[in-house]
Amino acid sequence: MLLSAILIQAAASIGLVKVGAAISAAIAVIGAAYGIGKIGSKAMESIARQPEAASDIRTSMIIIGALVEGAALFAIVICFLTLVL
Amino acid sequence: MWRCVWNWIKKERDLRRILFILLLCGSTLSGLATAHEQVDVAELVIGHVEDCYEWHITTWGDTELSIHLPVLVWSRTSGFHCFSSTHLYPAGIEHEGLHIATEGKYKGKIVEGDVRPFDFSITKTVLGLLVNSLLLLVIVLTTARWYRHRQPHDNAPRGFIGLMEMMVMMIEDDVIKPCVGSDYRRFSPYLLTAFFFIFTNNLMGLVPLFPGGANVTGNIAVTLVLAVCTFVAVNVFGTRDYWKEILWPEVPMMLKCPLPLIPLIELFGIFTKPFALTIRLFANILAGHFIILALTSLIFVTAAMGPFINGPMTVLSVVFSIFMNCLELLVAFIQAYVFTMLSAVFIGMSRVGTRENRKRE
Repeated sequence: MLLSAILIQAAASIGLVKVGAAISAAIAVIGAAYGIGKIGSKAMESIARQPEAASDIRTSMIIIGALVEGAALFAIVICFLTLVL
Repeated sequence: MWRCVWNWIKKERDLRRILFILLLCGSTLSGLATAHEQVDVAELVIGHVEDCYEWHITTWGDTELSIHLPVLVWSRTSGFHCFSSTHLYPAGIEHEGLHIATEGKYKGKIVEGDVRPFDFSITKTVLGLLVNSLLLLVIVLTTARWYRHRQPHDNAPRGFIGLMEMMVMMIEDDVIKPCVGSDYRRFSPYLLTAFFFIFTNNLMGLVPLFPGGANVTGNIAVTLVLAVCTFVAVNVFGTRDYWKEILWPEVPMMLKCPLPLIPLIELFGIFTKPFALTIRLFANILAGHFIILALTSLIFVTAAMGPFINGPMTVLSVVFSIFMNCLELLVAFIQAYVFTMLSAVFIGMSRVGTRENRKRE
């Protein structure tokens, strides 16, 4: 109830576009952070299981992290486009 | 006096003490700053990352120090124009029928009346790209020349050439050979060029002084062209079996005929992969530039709020900027690596069914 009241106020004052862009960017980052967190935790477990494979696991972790971040940045780019266009 | 300061910093073991003293100095020194008018952060940040017809270096007091770049324009009505962009600044002034639009769809770009002519001016991004390409050529050709009159059994190179050999062999052995497959030698030149081009441009975009600091890979046109090069390398050199797998895959007949569902999905997939390459590189580098610029402008935004806010915010801004710059160095390398690796994987996937690869399957 209070949240919707705040949203209506914000939409009236700065425009629904900005509110929408900000909220979408936040949701996108939540998804990205969750994904990269999962990758990190699995990588930690794997390295704990087999320390001699640590550098291979680290390389794969960084690569997959970049790919997941790419997906989140799609959403960020769309948010930015809604602000500009 | 500065030597005393340096000796103290070197001897001081407790980092917290150093930070506290820095905070105090920052607070007192920033009180000397004269209040300027309200800083528009958005305009500052966008002005540094967007393309421009002049390269603004600094503003010394009242005078602006910027390099005015040549404007090369071909318009259907008035033909070819070539002049320095000095004639077009401040924006809006008309010269030879052309002026820089200050609002609307073509804001910041040269228009003739209402339409936009063919604009191939040397803008800031173009000059940055040319400078970085020249730097890359110098580095790579110097490295290649070292190997010219040496035999394989000679000593390995040391110093900068050793660094270049290490990086080239890392990409060649860990990325290109496993991902492309057995005919990797044909695609090695393109993939290595892509890696070093992206890496050099990413790094030069982080250097704040001229000629670095141009936002080349953070420009979607540049990354689009790189992705189109990968698109050409994947599809033009794709084997017959590759195209067969896309247009007439081995799936149940219902999915192929009468409605070609799977072929449509596969055709769509051909275009989404370069699109993803474009957006990934563009958004990563642009976001990095935004963050560093926003953190730096934090100092100027809080300048009007007095020394006791400005001082700590300055220290905070500097610390975070150092951290973000280190992260951006990592991102510069990782994005170049990921672009090259994905291009290699796509090329390897398109070279299916060749005589060498059939042995692999």
